[in-house]
Amino acid sequence: MENYLLILVGTVFVNNVVLVRILGLCPFMGVSKRLEASIGMALATAFVLTLGSGASFLVDKYLLGPDLIFLRTLSFIVVIAAIVQFTEMYLHKQQPLLYQVLGIYLPLITTNCAVLGIPLIIVQERHNLLEALLIGFGGAVGFSLVLIIFAGLRERLESAEVPAIFRGSAIAMITAGLMSIAFMGFAGLAK
Amino acid sequence: MSTALLIMIGLALFLGLVLGYAAIKFKVTESPLVQKIDAILPQTQCGQCGFPGCKPYATAIAAGEADINQCPPGGEEGIRKLAELLGVDPKPLNAEHGAPKPKSVAVIDENLCIGCTLCIQACPVDAILGTAKHMHTVIAKECTGCELCIPPCPVDCISMQVVQEDLATWKSKYPLYAIRSA
Repeated sequence: MENYLLILVGTVFVNNVVLVRILGLCPFMGVSKRLEASIGMALATAFVLTLGSGASFLVDKYLLGPDLIFLRTLSFIVVIAAIVQFTEMYLHKQQPLLYQVLGIYLPLITTNCAVLGIPLIIVQERHNLLEALLIGFGGAVGFSLVLIIFAGLRERLESAEVPAIFRGSAIAMITAGLMSIAFMGFAGLAK
Repeated sequence: MSTALLIMIGLALFLGLVLGYAAIKFKVTESPLVQKIDAILPQTQCGQCGFPGCKPYATAIAAGEADINQCPPGGEEGIRKLAELLGVDPKPLNAEHGAPKPKSVAVIDENLCIGCTLCIQACPVDAILGTAKHMHTVIAKECTGCELCIPPCPVDCISMQVVQEDLATWKSKYPLYAIRSA
């Protein structure tokens, strides 16, 4: 039990996908201009990341085995893309409201490198299925947390008096760097 | 080598089958009719028809739950187009939902405005500019003339002004024929 809690804390804070592992930076920079949009993106990614981690783990364990390690990246991409597609169809039919909220961000997740990176890390570190799901979920929570915080910061930055040279992406990069340094403070809290 | 190929082909086939099945099972039948009706409606999002916006009203018309004569901003012209699209007889505007008015915009009397922001919250198209305790004003170009900002104003400083026709606002008019019940 304590082990699982450590995994969760470890993936959300200590080894945060975006700020410590530096994965999934494209949505982190691209979808953080408005808080609402970032919440939609965070929700969609959280869902796909958890499901994708579990499915990729199963594919690796029962389909590929130790002989076909070189197929990992390829097969994971196929599986994740299929999950995203399936999720989109399902939501469009069953939860039209949620589908509208997520909008374009749902299909965009396929190109999020964190969604591929976390399953690859999971199989390399040889976890079991429950741990894999937990790491996927923790990674998703970490991603969502950082994305939403960052979007909030950027909204405030819009009205701040930033020197002309630093306006726009430049100050966003610096902010992200400072946030990353702040998250480094969690190092050592859990593995 | 061949195992790898077989596994990838099998995986692709399996996922393809699942997705193909999902595409049939979760097929969304969004009728193109709703979009056509929505295109005719004036997009004032005023809610005078009793629905929360133009799209919901369009959906209701398509489902047969609402009549075509509930849109005052669309006027007779809108009803005629809807009747043509749906293949029904045009009918006069339902008086319950208000009378057709000439195109007008809201104007805030800036001497009276107390800066309460209530009209900003009411505006469905964000055409009112201003902040708390400062005077507000209407962006005339964005205003759809829906009158939703008038009731919340505590000092009654908003009035509707008819847009005068000049070179910038003139539009050629379609020939209009009065609707008579056959």
